[in-house]
This record gives sequence, structure tokens and C-alpha cells, in this order.
Amino acid sequence: MERIEIFNAVKQVVIERLGVSEDQVVEEAEFVKDLGADSLYLVDIVMELEEKFKVRVEDSDFEKLKTIKNAVDYIFQKLG
Amino acid sequence: MKKLKRRVVVTGIGVITSLGKDKNIFFDYLLQGKSGISEIPHLREAGCPVIIGSAVTDFVPLNYLDFKEVRICDRITQFTLACAGLALQDSRLEIKSLDPYRVGVYLGAGIGGILSFEEQYTRYLKDGSSRVSPFTVTMMIPNISSAWVSLKHSIKGPALTISTACAASLNAIGEAFKLIREGSLDLVLTGGAEASLTPFVVSAFNNMKALSTRNLEPARASRPFDRERDGFVMGEGGGILVLEELNQALNRGATLYAEVAGYGTNSDAYHITAPHQEGEGAIRAMQDAVKDAGLSLEDIDYINAHGTSTPLNDRIETLAIKKLFGEHAYKLKISSTKSMIGHLLGGAGAVESIATVLSLYNGILHPTMNYEVPDPECDLDYVPNVAIKPAGGIEVALKNAFGFGGHNAVLVYKKFHS
Repeated sequence: MERIEIFNAVKQVVIERLGVSEDQVVEEAEFVKDLGADSLYLVDIVMELEEKFKVRVEDSDFEKLKTIKNAVDYIFQKLG
Repeated sequence: MKKLKRRVVVTGIGVITSLGKDKNIFFDYLLQGKSGISEIPHLREAGCPVIIGSAVTDFVPLNYLDFKEVRICDRITQFTLACAGLALQDSRLEIKSLDPYRVGVYLGAGIGGILSFEEQYTRYLKDGSSRVSPFTVTMMIPNISSAWVSLKHSIKGPALTISTACAASLNAIGEAFKLIREGSLDLVLTGGAEASLTPFVVSAFNNMKALSTRNLEPARASRPFDRERDGFVMGEGGGILVLEELNQALNRGATLYAEVAGYGTNSDAYHITAPHQEGEGAIRAMQDAVKDAGLSLEDIDYINAHGTSTPLNDRIETLAIKKLFGEHAYKLKISSTKSMIGHLLGGAGAVESIATVLSLYNGILHPTMNYEVPDPECDLDYVPNVAIKPAGGIEVALKNAFGFGGHNAVLVYKKFHS
């Protein structure tokens, strides 16, 4: 899967779950600081991504997923 | 010198039921005798033995809640937040202008966020532990609607929840009334909601033989006090009332819908579901409420009955009214809102209080629909099928609610006079 496809899918989930606008979901955007998520929303989003990409995000990896870029890279690597 | 008790008035109303999302439309429909009960497609599809209910069909949560709130609030909380918003709007109140610690929330919860529970439990059984939403707990716990009202409106006084089944929201209003009267708070958003029209919950109530099975005639299924009544019809929706200390309400020029004048509540300690066979607790609760209001029994003009349409409730409620009021029982007007909107369980006391308050405010009583075949054991004036405007007006009303578990609650509402 191309990285851009993953990015677009992540973007879609974030818009669905957090009600943010498309232009807010950029690579550098932080889930909590910029997109208005809290820890529960983050779990919810990660669960949706796990389902979508059939990957497992380890609990210990949660704190690595601060930005959209982190999430996209993480999934890209797992799929790679 | 004995301190004068503070007076408490209703200054805002928000109500959402199968009869609409506007209090005036709701009351007009009640006066017209319109039924909100119909066949519920998802109950039929599930093969449920009871396929009728009183559903809120065109509710758009986004009209009342933010996008992010909608996804993490159960339908019961969505109803509650919508009603709270409508009630505040109706009261023309700026919560921000008040001391937030002198404002409270007090709601009744019958079942709680059962839709979310069912959805997540199904997911757990099907896909396992890792698929259970992190919002499950905060969608299903029964206190969460109170918490959300506090959070959304920056209310910092107590946000309480009382759970006494079908008496829950009437108990909540009664307890809120006491908190204002005794001086602990100046304003409380109170009431309740329910959203449990699921095949699972309907099956559970049906297996208690509590529900009407008149599937082919939905609008005629809820027939309180009629001899051919065969159970209640489940409904969803909710109602919120703004209760406010009188002087504060007068100072800000609020609309005074009615005064909350007295409250009586107790427990049957008799049976887990059946009411006491002589109506002992119900009698005592009505008596205590009237006494608490400083009134005598002859002052009561109208009773908005619990009137569920179950064979037992309506017989015992009638018996209790006759035993307590004696000859005056035959002069009372009595009606059941449930004849049109079914039984909203934890939301019933609030929604029916709103019907009662609007009756006092407008001087008109809505009918009990479907009262067609007289029952010798239910022989009072139930305002059958047509609304009435009593010549002498309506000054004082009782609102009854009785819950599984033997919970009895009664409130006295009065037309406001300075």
C-alpha cells in the first residue's frame, strides 16, 4: 500500500471521529494539541485504524503516536 | 421566629417525545388526543412478540449536540442534552450570570445507556475484548447524563442521579425541589429521559407480562383505566424542567409556568414489582405531598395519574385515590398522559410533569385516550377521550409516579399566584 493511501485513510478516520476540517489534518498535526482528541478519542481512533488496516498497535506504542505523521509511518512500517 | 420556606417555580421546559420536540406542539397534540404509538420496524424485524412502541422518529442529535459529543453519547444522553438545551432556551436564562455552585442538575435514570451496552456487548462477543469501545463505560453508566448537562453548561453544583425505575424522574424533581426550598441551591435542571426501545429490553418487559400485546392496533394499545387494558406501551424521549427559587425568577422576569408546592415519597416494602394491594404506599405518598404543600385534600382539582394501562396499576391507583380522597375522589379530574405517548420509564415523571404544568398554565386538561369500556373498579372521572377546560379553572394538581421496587413519588404543582 502506498503511503499516501494510508495518509488519506487516517485523515478520513480523524475527520469522522473528531469532526475537524480537512485542512486541519496535516502531517504535523498533533492528535491532542491540534485536533482536539483526548486519550479516549485516541484509543477510539487507533482501534478504527487497527480494524481498517488489520494491524495491531501495541499498548506500549501508543505514546509514539503523537502526530498524524507518526500514525501514518507506524502503519506503513507494520504493513511493510 | 420560624424561617419562611423558600418558594420554587418552574421557569423553563424542554420536552422530546413521539409527539414532537416542541413543548407547545407536544401539549397541543395531547389536547387533540393524538397518539404517538406505532409499529416499530426494528422490533418486527427482530421477531419480537411486541412490535409497538412510542418512538422519537426524526431526532437529529446534531441539532442539539456538537459533532464530537454525538458519537460518544448514548441516545438517552442525547435526549437529555437536547431537552436541557431546549429548557434553558425556554427559560431565557444565562447560566453564566449565576454562581455556578448554586446551580445543580438532578436527573432520574430508569435503565441508562442500554443501547450502547447492547452494541458494545455484541461487539465483545463477536470480535473480542480489543474491539470494545473506550467510550463504553461513559456511554452506559446511569449518572452520565447528569454529568454531561453539568459539563455542557458549566454547572458546578451537584449533578445527581436518582434511580427508582418508573418513579425516577419524579423523584429527581422532588429532591431538586427540596434542595431549592431548603436553600442549598437556587436553580436546578431536573427531569429525565429513556431510550430503551430495543428488542432485548422489550422482550424482558414482555416476559414480565407488563406490556400490551395489541400489535395490530398501536394507537389503541395504551388504554389506562379502560376495562380492556392489557399492559403498558414502551416509549422513549425525555423532559427537563428548570426549577428556580421564586425571588430570583421574579427578579429576572421569568415565565412562571407553575409552582412546585409539595412532595411525598416512600416505599411499599411489599413486593418487588406488584403495588401494595391496598395502595398503602401510594395513599401515604399522596397524603404527604398534599400536607407538605400546606393544602387540604379538597384543594386538589386534578391528578395526572401514573396510569400505565396495566391491569394492576390502574386498579390499585384508583383504589388509592378513592380511599384517600373519599367523596372528593369523584369530583377530581384524572388523566393519563401515557394513553398517548406510552410509558417513558425513567423519563415518565418528567414528561408527565411537563404535561401537568402546561395544564395548569393553560387551564386545560388533556384526555385519557382509549377509555371506552368502563371498568367497575376504575369508576372515576378520567377525562375520557376529549380535553376539557374546567369552568372553575385548575388551581392544584397532583402528579403520581410508582416504580418497580415499590417506589412511590407524588408531587403537588400549583398555578402560580403571588
